Amino acid sequence: MQDAAFKDIHRERRLFLIRVSAAALGILLLTAVLLARYYYLQIIRHEDFATQSESNRVHVRPISPTRGLIYDRNGVLLADNKAGFTLSIVVERSENLDQLLADLDTLLNLNDEELGRFHKQKSRRKPYEPVPLRINLSELEQSILAVNEFRLEGVEITAQLVRHYPHAELLSHVLGYVGRINDRELPELDPVRYSGTYVIGKTGIEKSYEDQLLGEVGYEHVETNARGRVMRLLERIAPAVGKDLHLYMDIRLQQVAYDALGEEKGAIVAMDVRTGGVLAMVSKPGFDSNLFVTGISSKDYNDLLNSPDRPLFDRVTQGQYPPGSTVKPVFGLAALDSGVMDMASTIYDPGFYRLPNNTHKYRDWKKGGHGSKVDLHMAIVQSCDTYFYTAGVKMGIDELYFYGSKFGLGERTGIDLPSEQPGLMPSREWKHGARGVSWYPGDTVNTSIGQGFMLTTPLQLAVMASRLASRGDRLAPRMVRDIGEDTHREKVSLGRIEAKDEHWDYVLNAMKDVVHGDRGTAKIVAKGLTYTMAGKTGTAQVVGIRQGETYNASLLAKKNRDHALFIAFAPAEDPEIAVGLIVENGEHGSSTAAPIARAIFDSYMALKQQDLEQVDDETQR
Amino acid sequence: MMKHNAEFVRTMRPEGSVLYGSGGWQKIHVDLPLLLLLCAACAAGLFILQSASGENYFYVERQAVFMALGMVAMLVAAQFSPRFLQRWAFLPYLCGILLLIAVIFIGTGAKGAQRWLDLGVIRFQPSEILKIAGPLMIASYLGNHHLPPSFKHVLVSVALLLVPALLVGIQPDLGTALLIFAAGFFVVFLSGLRKRYLFGAILAVLALAPLFWFFLLHDYQKTRILTLLDPQADKLGAGWNIIQSTTAIGSGGLHGKGWAKGTQSQLDFLPESHTDFIIAVLAEDFGLIGVVSLLSLYLLIIARGLVISINAQTMFGRLLAGSITLTFFVYVFVNMGMVSGILPVVGVPLPFVSYGGTAVVTLMLGFGMLMAVSTEKKRS
Repeated sequence: MQDAAFKDIHRERRLFLIRVSAAALGILLLTAVLLARYYYLQIIRHEDFATQSESNRVHVRPISPTRGLIYDRNGVLLADNKAGFTLSIVVERSENLDQLLADLDTLLNLNDEELGRFHKQKSRRKPYEPVPLRINLSELEQSILAVNEFRLEGVEITAQLVRHYPHAELLSHVLGYVGRINDRELPELDPVRYSGTYVIGKTGIEKSYEDQLLGEVGYEHVETNARGRVMRLLERIAPAVGKDLHLYMDIRLQQVAYDALGEEKGAIVAMDVRTGGVLAMVSKPGFDSNLFVTGISSKDYNDLLNSPDRPLFDRVTQGQYPPGSTVKPVFGLAALDSGVMDMASTIYDPGFYRLPNNTHKYRDWKKGGHGSKVDLHMAIVQSCDTYFYTAGVKMGIDELYFYGSKFGLGERTGIDLPSEQPGLMPSREWKHGARGVSWYPGDTVNTSIGQGFMLTTPLQLAVMASRLASRGDRLAPRMVRDIGEDTHREKVSLGRIEAKDEHWDYVLNAMKDVVHGDRGTAKIVAKGLTYTMAGKTGTAQVVGIRQGETYNASLLAKKNRDHALFIAFAPAEDPEIAVGLIVENGEHGSSTAAPIARAIFDSYMALKQQDLEQVDDETQR
Repeated sequence: MMKHNAEFVRTMRPEGSVLYGSGGWQKIHVDLPLLLLLCAACAAGLFILQSASGENYFYVERQAVFMALGMVAMLVAAQFSPRFLQRWAFLPYLCGILLLIAVIFIGTGAKGAQRWLDLGVIRFQPSEILKIAGPLMIASYLGNHHLPPSFKHVLVSVALLLVPALLVGIQPDLGTALLIFAAGFFVVFLSGLRKRYLFGAILAVLALAPLFWFFLLHDYQKTRILTLLDPQADKLGAGWNIIQSTTAIGSGGLHGKGWAKGTQSQLDFLPESHTDFIIAVLAEDFGLIGVVSLLSLYLLIIARGLVISINAQTMFGRLLAGSITLTFFVYVFVNMGMVSGILPVVGVPLPFVSYGGTAVVTLMLGFGMLMAVSTEKKRS
């Protein structure tokens, strides 16, 4: 029995030993599995995971560059950057985004636009990148957020620079404005350069010089923890500030031009004849550009968009008007240069013009005509239509087109502003292509006094005036004088308009007599002039006047009244400044448009004197 | 016969060897090699825990206190004679079962699982008791009979196992349920369970697996298993833990980033870095060298445990010591496997290293019983 018991114990012990050995074997096998797994992760895949762990930890954050400033020619600040506070959300750090947005809504009254924009930006953010919800917080909003910050997990308030236009409406069309980058712009942009930037130049100089103003983005390599909190800064590559721009513009002259237009709608461009630099450029009415910087509300935008005065429309580069009689000096020079008229040629003006074998009467603006001996001088000074009808038909449309184009009519001037319209200098090819009909002699008659198909922008009027004043120097108009350190930029010349000196003398003298002559159409501005001035008035019909009807302004609604135009330069002998301007529905170039040019010239001369004296004072001191 | 027995014992147990310690330790029922190994494990655990908890000494201080408590518990447990343990094994088992039933009615918990019992003074998980009481009960039962166990004995053992396992499983705490079952199963296995039962059981489990999947597993448990197969499927959700832990382990490389320099854990990318996922902290700080070192320490403890079990005086002692040792390895394997992404994530802490009072005390109690077995006086 004992023996049996011993055997049992012995057997049990052996059995147990076998089982323990089996278990030990199992342990060794499973340990080998573990070791293999850790070997695989830590040795074979080490590189991958090391990289993964680095990208977990290190985040590259773009630092937006400071946008370049814009100054006028004397260093007066026209566009600067002001500190603004932005409310952003780091989505990863918010436990419950919907709840957070609801909380913010009760605090700040979020609107649908903000939320829509937020959700759109949220969907394309990088992990832990703050998504802006409201830019430019008011002081009240900042303090509301500060008080509630502790319960708003994931909310970030950051200071950033916001574009500011101190002169607002005065320069709305010149500077344009920056605004949030939208969906149409986004695919076109370099994602690296714009990685820290939310805004982009939308119109005006802000748009055409976007590349120079933007600057270069900087970077911060930061170590963040799993909740996106920045633990320390590893490396910082500073952003490069955008380049500052200095314009040719003199803000004082701009103010004078703006004021001179008064309550009227219209456009004014003043150019430096010697450089092509734009001294003043007004399109009225304008708008407060600051509205657009942080996102304009739909209501404000719709008000601007639907206003009958079209404040968003830049009349200077995009408004296309018939130039009317302002083209007469150009076509007069053409008549002399092409030889169809000479300086002594005269015509008889019975008050109308008739094409050969045609009964249709092309009327002169002056009933009864300018008499029997009208030469080119008189035709320019008194703006005789019949003379130009005659000369125009003699030259033919091809010659008119040739000369008109040289003075920039119907061509984009190439100014450094976006969205410029070309106007229209009609030609046979154009009419055949655009209208599918041939050119008629009657078309030539209308074109010869700047009516019919012809269209120019106010900018082109100024360019035309400048090319007359400079005796054919075809300069492209320029807004920006200096880009950053680059202060010696070449003026952009497209060559010269060749004509005999005596022809230039003759035409420019006639333009001077438009102001200074006894019978000049702009003689009302001559009174009290301390310098000489040359010009040409123009009137552009808004509605057609039928044969046999007369134009009666008092019977027409204001919006249907004629536009008043004027081109001018001063001093007449040695021109420095040229002006082209239009007063919408201003009726007469002589009475409404010419005084505006005079005001600008007066101011220009006075400012020049003042600046000279100041320089003298400084040198004496 | 007795003489033979004594001789046999002597061959298995080299008396007077240095390893085995002097009579003094024997007297206070301490197995010196095991004690030294456990102290080393505790020290290593505190060292890693300090790295895992960053600047914060809170966890390390508390864990040191828990470890001290565990040591006391171990020494107390070591004083009971195995015979006493065998006789009274049913008591902790019954208490544990009753408490588990109590948990169903008055338990507290979080995230939809009722696991805790709040006794006012302390709050603990009764399921922890069963990790010890379960195998103790089975060993006590089987140790009374001739081995290998008969079919009847196997059935009774399985029933004794299933009751607590199911009670824990419905909390639901599948991980702990499986551990309790495993601990008990090791007793049955070591007792010489016939191979035909063994294979039968394996086949039965395989056959029941689909049933288990469709009817018993909760959605979150299924997610954990699916996540194991493809962690990238839900990077920021279910897959986050495992992606971050494998990243931490892998980025450690051979030598590691240095103590408390592991960015994954220091910057909080690694979840549960001071509890269940702490092996990733070690792997990140000390690389494969650190992992192998800790694993070696564990294997030494296991080796010592197996030697104790082989040398035990009674079958009860053998079974108890063997199952405690094997269960210890299961903790190590499941934890290191789940954190490295070869096993689904179940709440199993890494012995001696993961922060947690109950686990450390339970663990030490187990080792205390191991010492009791180890120092049992030879029957003369």
